[in-house]
Amino acid sequence: MTVTEVSVSLTIDGQEVDVPAGTSIHKACESAGIDTPTLCWAENLTPVNVCRVCVVEVEGSRALVPSCARPVEDGMVVETDSERVQHSRKMVLEFLGSGIDLSQADDLGRWIDHYGAEPDRYDQPEVPAQKMYEEPKIQDDLYIRDYDKCVLCYKCVEACGDDAQYTFAIAVVGRGFDARIGTEFDVTLPDSACVYCGNCIGVCPTGALQFKTEFDMRNAGEWRPEEQDVTTTVCSFCGVGCNLELHTQDDKIVKVTSPADHSVTHGHLCIKGRFGWTYVQSPTRR
Amino acid sequence: MADIFIGLDLADEVEITAVTAAIGNDPAIVHETERLVIGGGARRHERRHLLLPALHALQNARGWISPGGLNHVCDVLQVPPAEAYGVATFYEMFRVDDPGHGDDVVHVCMDAACQIAANEELIAELEAGGAHVHRSPCLGQCERAPAQFVQGVGGPDRVPADEISVELRIPQQGDSSLRLLKNIGIVDPTSLDSYRAAGGFDALARAVELGPKAVCDAIADSGLSGRGGAAFPTGVKWKAVAAEQGRPKHVVANCDESEPGTFKDRVLMENDPFAVVESLAVAGFATGAENGWIYIRGEYPVATARLQNAVDQCRAAGLLGADAAGSGHAFDVEIRRGAGAYICGEETALFASLEGFRGEPRSKPPFPTTHGLFQEPTAINNPETLLNALDIVLNGADEYRSRGTEQSPGTKLLCLSGRVAKPGVYEIAFGTTLGDVLDLAGGLTGSGELATVLMGGAAGSFVGPDALDMPLTLEDTRERGTTLGSGVMMAFTDEIDMTAICVRISEFFRNESCGQCVPCRVGTVRQHETMVQLQRSGSMTAERRALVDDMARVMVDASICGLGHTAASAINSAIDLGLIEGAP
Amino acid sequence: MFGAGGGTSSYEEIEETDVILLWGSNAREAHPIFFHHLLKGLDNGARMYAVDPRRTSSAKFADAWLGLDVGSDIAMANAVGREIIAADLHDKEFIAHSSEGFEAYKAHVEPYTLAEGERLTGVPAGAIKEMAHAYATAETAQILWTLGITEHHNAVENVLSLCNLALLTGHIGRWGSGLVPLRGQNNVQGGGDMGSLPNKFPGFQDIGDPEAQAKFEVAWGMKLPDQPGLHLTLMFEAMEEGSIKGVYVIGENPADSEADVEHARTLLQGLDILVVQDIFMTRTAEMADVVLPASVGWAECDGTVTSSERRVQRVRPAVSPPGECMHDHEIIRELATRLGVDWGRPSPMDLWDELRTLSPLHAGMSYERLESEGGLQWPCPDLDHPGSPFLHGWLYEEGLGGRGPAPFSITNFEGPKEQLTEEFPLRLTTGRALDSFNTGVQSNAFASPIRYGEEIDVNPADADRLGIADGERVTVSSPRGSVEMDVRIQVDLPEGLTFTTFHFPELVDINLLTNDEWDPRSGTAEFKAAAIRIEKIANG
Repeated sequence: MTVTEVSVSLTIDGQEVDVPAGTSIHKACESAGIDTPTLCWAENLTPVNVCRVCVVEVEGSRALVPSCARPVEDGMVVETDSERVQHSRKMVLEFLGSGIDLSQADDLGRWIDHYGAEPDRYDQPEVPAQKMYEEPKIQDDLYIRDYDKCVLCYKCVEACGDDAQYTFAIAVVGRGFDARIGTEFDVTLPDSACVYCGNCIGVCPTGALQFKTEFDMRNAGEWRPEEQDVTTTVCSFCGVGCNLELHTQDDKIVKVTSPADHSVTHGHLCIKGRFGWTYVQSPTRR
Repeated sequence: MADIFIGLDLADEVEITAVTAAIGNDPAIVHETERLVIGGGARRHERRHLLLPALHALQNARGWISPGGLNHVCDVLQVPPAEAYGVATFYEMFRVDDPGHGDDVVHVCMDAACQIAANEELIAELEAGGAHVHRSPCLGQCERAPAQFVQGVGGPDRVPADEISVELRIPQQGDSSLRLLKNIGIVDPTSLDSYRAAGGFDALARAVELGPKAVCDAIADSGLSGRGGAAFPTGVKWKAVAAEQGRPKHVVANCDESEPGTFKDRVLMENDPFAVVESLAVAGFATGAENGWIYIRGEYPVATARLQNAVDQCRAAGLLGADAAGSGHAFDVEIRRGAGAYICGEETALFASLEGFRGEPRSKPPFPTTHGLFQEPTAINNPETLLNALDIVLNGADEYRSRGTEQSPGTKLLCLSGRVAKPGVYEIAFGTTLGDVLDLAGGLTGSGELATVLMGGAAGSFVGPDALDMPLTLEDTRERGTTLGSGVMMAFTDEIDMTAICVRISEFFRNESCGQCVPCRVGTVRQHETMVQLQRSGSMTAERRALVDDMARVMVDASICGLGHTAASAINSAIDLGLIEGAP
Repeated sequence: MFGAGGGTSSYEEIEETDVILLWGSNAREAHPIFFHHLLKGLDNGARMYAVDPRRTSSAKFADAWLGLDVGSDIAMANAVGREIIAADLHDKEFIAHSSEGFEAYKAHVEPYTLAEGERLTGVPAGAIKEMAHAYATAETAQILWTLGITEHHNAVENVLSLCNLALLTGHIGRWGSGLVPLRGQNNVQGGGDMGSLPNKFPGFQDIGDPEAQAKFEVAWGMKLPDQPGLHLTLMFEAMEEGSIKGVYVIGENPADSEADVEHARTLLQGLDILVVQDIFMTRTAEMADVVLPASVGWAECDGTVTSSERRVQRVRPAVSPPGECMHDHEIIRELATRLGVDWGRPSPMDLWDELRTLSPLHAGMSYERLESEGGLQWPCPDLDHPGSPFLHGWLYEEGLGGRGPAPFSITNFEGPKEQLTEEFPLRLTTGRALDSFNTGVQSNAFASPIRYGEEIDVNPADADRLGIADGERVTVSSPRGSVEMDVRIQVDLPEGLTFTTFHFPELVDINLLTNDEWDPRSGTAEFKAAAIRIEKIANG
């Protein structure tokens, strides 16, 4: 339960920082007020450190180090804004932007500008840069999968697997640039092990996985995040006490998430919690 | 733990029989009675490593992994079908779509040594004869390019070139100074008696006499370092594993030799398999590991069969088992076949693959010595490294150090291929010059002058004729900005289109990237595209050069594993040497 | 048996426990997020035994599934207890220090040998033994249950038989060990907390206890009844006797949800006045004389709810209620006003703060703290108290913290009230499906892609004998009524057992079949065990 915290001192960008042992470099940076881009990292998932956008330079380490996954060590000297770090972050963003639709990615636009990434420079006349070209998969009324927006961050696989749901309905399929998130033999979700908890949507950073409500509203030009409110409350479908964040627009619930830092859900819900709110605005109540 | 949702497709009898033959009949869930079912996480966990052998069985049974077959395996092992499918689609040798025929498939190598040995002509010839050809990455038979490997359906896999005599493969046969290759051509690779008659298992007996600590010390004192390319000190690795207590430990022979241009471990395994098993037992004894594993690439059927035979004979003779070789120490060996993935030569990817997951590398730290196979302490070495240990244990570190140089003691196996007269595996003392080695291999063949030598494989680099005086040591190659890597020395003459070679190298990395990290997954593709652009346009503009450099830097700096770190190395060296058309 | 009614443990504890007995609970579907914590525990190496007539999606994760006969839980629990004692694995120190009645318990369970356990439950003796030993020898262990234990005519005895096992082994009152009933709705626990029980004031203080009585009478400025009221089942009995003539139903749909529902409907129909306060025009509301439109508690109202780990958390309004819908507390206040009492206009926080002055369990839980600390677990007696992750630590204290020792209970195996007969030879049990909730009033509004409607699960051997095929429509009858439904052939339940959910009363009125035999102590009906027969429908 309570563990005595051992403190570790390190230097980040010339600044002395003390954090508890076991803290990641990323968290240590945060405590030092240093903003780090992340994509595959999430509060409620085990770091897979695949996107490499959070890399930092650690003295004595030949390659750059993923800050999300690497725990701090006493005396560590970290650079988060060296030319090498800037270069790698810029290139990672450029690589992603060169083949993937990042238009709905949470925070990436800001970082693309910050590092001056130029995703367009890969398109040359002889050989156009390979991109994904897939129609969004719409197989039910709850959510859609638009893999043109997928950065293969593994988050959905983790949430479907042993970081939360243990259903393992989806996996990374194929290898290399052709790797995709998929079900066995690409069966539709209703024919797979999927139980529609929507925890994959909850962690998707790019809009590749999306509530059908949001997808439809976006298509209709009615999605206005700036006008939305978020209210935290408790789900009514059983006695576990899951916290729900109700996202509302025009006095209507448009989607539901859960706080990643809450001890009950850790941000994860079941089908009833995530999609069962429809009845609140059922026509039979109006 | 997972929900297991099995679809409606059923396996046929052939598939079920094949799977049972491969992994036995001990499913993860047992229906004891109508009121009692035994299952649970531990039983699933214990069986997960059988996934790869089960998938091999399905592939071999029908020529593809059918939905019904996959369902059956997932049901037996309680692996989620999506995960199993993710694993199946990771490997070159597995297919998940119906090929529409039940015939064998002929894999033909597309990599450099075969590229300059008329592989396309071979493909045309095979296809004209009605064969189903699969264009494959390096098959580890560069000394007999163009290489083929036949993947069987309902029968064994085979290598058509295996009728070639042993002499052809070991040009140095009979040389009394050989250490690692000394048994080859002398010992019958299928006979334990023959191996023992030549002094086999003396080293293990000697190790037991010395005790684990003395063995680890001798390995450390010898200065032996890993022969796969990274040159990590073997003694440090073994001592670290020996120091771990309280958890099961493993020693793994990394026989997933896949670096283009490399075939030396195959030659050892095919011709001296007992030595591989003995050296693994020595490693197990020295580190206190009870579990030995041989992970061998799927395209090496002869080596696999010989190793299996060696393990079986050793077990029958009591050299493996509960009291291995009378050491009082339990040690046994299991063999696992890879299924076509270069990345699985990376040690952590190999662990993942062996455990029944996608062969994706894991982050280091933690290192294998504490968190290796099954997250347990593991020493992993390739056969060449392991065989050195036999020599060191028998003759001592000092004797071992009498060969080679201070910083690179001992001997090194080299894989000579390309435009040399006598391609094959050669054993040299460290310090021999590149020029001498080419001479040993009979000098150049064909017309034209030496243009370049590819050192260390696709992950290595090209050197020019000015490097012929370079002593082949870890320190000299490092100083000259190149690498011995896995011992590849591939010679190219000036009549060869090096742009095409480099396009293929970039394609190799593109195909072999596991896809996990962005720098490598996208970088290898953009690099290949850029090489194709370069080939088509014939002009290396300043923008292209900048792009190539930028991509190389991020792959080196920010990739997870060695594949990404080295994916630009050969290409960059070729550009620097002016080997590429249109390059300034 | 230990005092206040609530799960003893925190969800986090199950991630660290060593042995889990999941007993009469399909938490994978009924409590999915709790099951995430449980799965983390399995991943961390815990062993799980699932005791359930069906091999549920939860049981499929277990190291062993023990498929006992419906209603044979006490026989199983007693056999486990007997084996623990026979193998000398009971915690003698704990028993001596913290419990009373062990000798009587020991003598009582003596006849429940493993062989007898097998005979009574149908589960092989070896499996009962293994579970008993695993539970007794574990460092930490938890027993979890849900309605499989409580929806029986002897619900309280069922629970007590499990409590005995915890007392026997000391798996209570410590981090990682405990007894956890999982609650079916977001505020079942909170209802109990607030005194919505016929015999309790808020904070589980007893009606009739002079001190509590005096405290509440002062606070509320009036004389309060000192005798317990009626629970739901007794209310229906009272309706039948005619002693209750008017009923005010808040947020409940008894015209669909009661066992032997036809009977319940008749009684509701016969009332002088029925008032229903609900967010929907439910079947019960349709029968009402007055319908009071309410707002949705968790999305349109302010307040608190209490979860299965005794965590009190805030609910908040996110959208406005439609039309004339009002908050429950406003409706009740308005009613009071019309009845001539002026309660003023207290906010939900004002009401909560009053509760805190009366219930020591909740005294330390200010709205501010509930907000900033992600909820608090009771008891939380003052503002500096961190809340209580687990209960009953006093069992280990010198002098038991001033309480009496925890008593063993004598629990007798009886089996279901409704025995199988030649006429009704099959057992019907009921349960929830993942994507649905109770009578479906709320859950049927969203388009679940994994919803298959109401079917009756039948073992292949029974299906064979009856000559019925997967998907075939059949007549299902119990002594109380008949319905038509589709058959789903299922290997995950043993021969002789059938199963259905109850989420679609508009499609299949399943409670026409269920048994309203009820537990005299809890008032819960025996939804889990009816005797039925299945017949083919002539000419399809």
